[in-house]
Amino acid sequence: MSADVITLPATELASRPIVARLHEWVTTVDHKRLGILYIIYALVFLMIGGIEACVIRIQLIRPHNDFVSPQVFNRMFTMHGTTMIFFVVMPVLFGFANYLIPLMIGARDMAFPRLNAFSFWMTAFGGLLLYFSLVGANGLYGAGNAPDVGWFAYAPLTAQTFSLGHSTDFWILGILVSGFGSIGTAINMIATVLCMRCPGMTLAKMPLFVWLNFVMAGLVILAVSPLTAAQIMLLVDRYLGGHFFDTQAGGSAVIWMHFFWIFGHPEVYVLVLPAFAFVSEIIPVFSRKPIFGYSVMVGATVAIGFISMSVWAHHMFTVGMGANVNTFFVLSTMAIAVPTGIKIFNWLATMWGGKIEFKTPMVFCIAFLFQFLAAGLTGVMLSAAPFTWHLGNSYFVVAHFHYVIVGGILFSLFGAFYYWFPKMSGKMYSETLGKLHFWLFFIGFHLTFDFMHVPGLLGMPRRIYTYEPGRGWDTWNLIVTVGVFFQAAGILVFLGNLLWSYFRGKAAAGDPWDAWTLEWSTNSPPPAYNFHTIPKVQSRRPLWDLKHPDDPDWKYE
Amino acid sequence: MNATSVAVAEQKIDWNRPERGRVGMFSLIGAEAAIFTIFVVAYLFYVGKSLTGPTPKDVLTVPVFYTICLLSSSLTIHLAAKSLRCGSVRSFGVLWLATIALGAAFLYGTASEWHRLIYEEGLTISTNLFGTTYYSLVGLHGFHVVVGLVGLSIVMALALLGKVRSDHAQRVDVLSLYWHFVDAVWVVVFTVVYVLGR
Repeated sequence: MSADVITLPATELASRPIVARLHEWVTTVDHKRLGILYIIYALVFLMIGGIEACVIRIQLIRPHNDFVSPQVFNRMFTMHGTTMIFFVVMPVLFGFANYLIPLMIGARDMAFPRLNAFSFWMTAFGGLLLYFSLVGANGLYGAGNAPDVGWFAYAPLTAQTFSLGHSTDFWILGILVSGFGSIGTAINMIATVLCMRCPGMTLAKMPLFVWLNFVMAGLVILAVSPLTAAQIMLLVDRYLGGHFFDTQAGGSAVIWMHFFWIFGHPEVYVLVLPAFAFVSEIIPVFSRKPIFGYSVMVGATVAIGFISMSVWAHHMFTVGMGANVNTFFVLSTMAIAVPTGIKIFNWLATMWGGKIEFKTPMVFCIAFLFQFLAAGLTGVMLSAAPFTWHLGNSYFVVAHFHYVIVGGILFSLFGAFYYWFPKMSGKMYSETLGKLHFWLFFIGFHLTFDFMHVPGLLGMPRRIYTYEPGRGWDTWNLIVTVGVFFQAAGILVFLGNLLWSYFRGKAAAGDPWDAWTLEWSTNSPPPAYNFHTIPKVQSRRPLWDLKHPDDPDWKYE
Repeated sequence: MNATSVAVAEQKIDWNRPERGRVGMFSLIGAEAAIFTIFVVAYLFYVGKSLTGPTPKDVLTVPVFYTICLLSSSLTIHLAAKSLRCGSVRSFGVLWLATIALGAAFLYGTASEWHRLIYEEGLTISTNLFGTTYYSLVGLHGFHVVVGLVGLSIVMALALLGKVRSDHAQRVDVLSLYWHFVDAVWVVVFTVVYVLGR
């Protein structure tokens, strides 16, 4: 590598005791280390949340199964939902954003490194608090040991009277604490993007990854804060005898739904915008073409950000809000399909005529494109209020949002893992294992979630712990559960690939993909200071300019 | 390839970016504004929905004096920051202390109002919906005043130790942004609780 990188003597690095090295990880304020901490933390919780999903599916594999009790089943779906949203997808996305944003904008760290560490540890302790309920929640006789109120915790089920013991309190506090972490990270990302860009990198020259995460950070600020407020109200109700959601004293259960979904729907876009961000970086590189319609992509992202703030009550069509309110939310929900559709066409146009390389990151992104489209189409179906009156709270809805989160977000995340693994670890992953992971997970995903739509259409409600035979649901549920084992096998191959490649993989060069953004201009893994000299950029693809001085991009932008 | 610099052309790039402290504080203010919005919506939604008394009309009196205290503290903190920028550390200290005093007076006002409501009118947070929404909204604002006062007091302590110089003006500006926000929220809370909700 380059001579102007400061290298520490190898003996100095290797000889330090493990305690000293662990201590460095605990006290670090380096955005790359915190990013990796976020990612590892999320992978641990992915395993936990995945095991919970397996328990749910094994219980439903046949009618009248008694693998777990109804009480345990309730805890499993509550913990599964809460864990996957708050302690898997959000942290892993923050991890990638943390790691990559400063590198992509040519900065040496985030704007507030100590706030960054604080935010990570808040998120981490939030997750521990949620799982501490398993030992700490038995407050009273008959009280459960883990939250069992569902991940959206509708009132009045969360009132003291109906949720004895402390399990619901651990749920509230875990989310509240991790919410502070999320808000801190969002503030940090906004300040980093606006204030830390290297010379020449105007807003219109930032990589799309940075743009999408920037909009995501804005959404976190506007979406997680209402949840924080609602959780404080719930605490006031549970501990101080307040009446916010107490229907006996004139309070309203419906207003909790509003407050929760004012968070809950933008949250979907908080999760999916970073997925778009990965795809917007990976597809151009493996199609050997610049992204199609950069400025339209940015515009569509901002439009999604705005519209997503006004669609929340489509989660509440079955509540009975009246025709006018329903109509507004039907139309706004359908409208959000327009900017999303623009994005899908732009990615397709980027691939069109390109020299596509079917490396593992790319195949995950191609699967993402089609699966996310299908997820969006069932979303448009559900956005029609009369359709939801039939299928609200059924397995059709469960299949729809898992199609978004697994088929869309998780697939693009796997793509991101493989794409940036060489940068983060300095090692190449195994392409064979990567493809095996893809096919196992792809088959498992489609077995599970394609077929899950059907019992929903046949009237199977979500969150039931068992069902009667002979309703036409049996075979579908069996297929759905079989798919889960394929997915679990895929995840094991994925983790095995990460571990094997980290210890045994061959070394990766600084720029293994011949890519164009600044993170590939430094070593793999990057030194603590990222860039020896702060880069200057003139176009959206600074490395292209460097590699092709005769034909630089800035002549055409 | 070269691992570090991506210098493309030898030309001067005119490069200005916003100050990160201000951007961070504005983002925090955005988040706080969203939290307050939810509490204000809850307050307005529950106006007149209490099943039992006391009602706002019976027990609330408009805290004109303490409101004037808080709002004028925005002026004093602005002048304090301005005099620090001009290099006058002494008048900065005086105006900063005045800001703390005005904020503390406001808090005393809230405390005495709450004392009266609890011990004379019998209104607590669990009495009725009015109590629940009133104490949590006003309390949330009061909590922000307390946090602001802690921040202001730390700066005051540093100023008394002679550690505040005029090149700290930007940082003081960031803190004063927060204090202005706390005051602006009070305008909303005041309107909602004492004007619309009564």
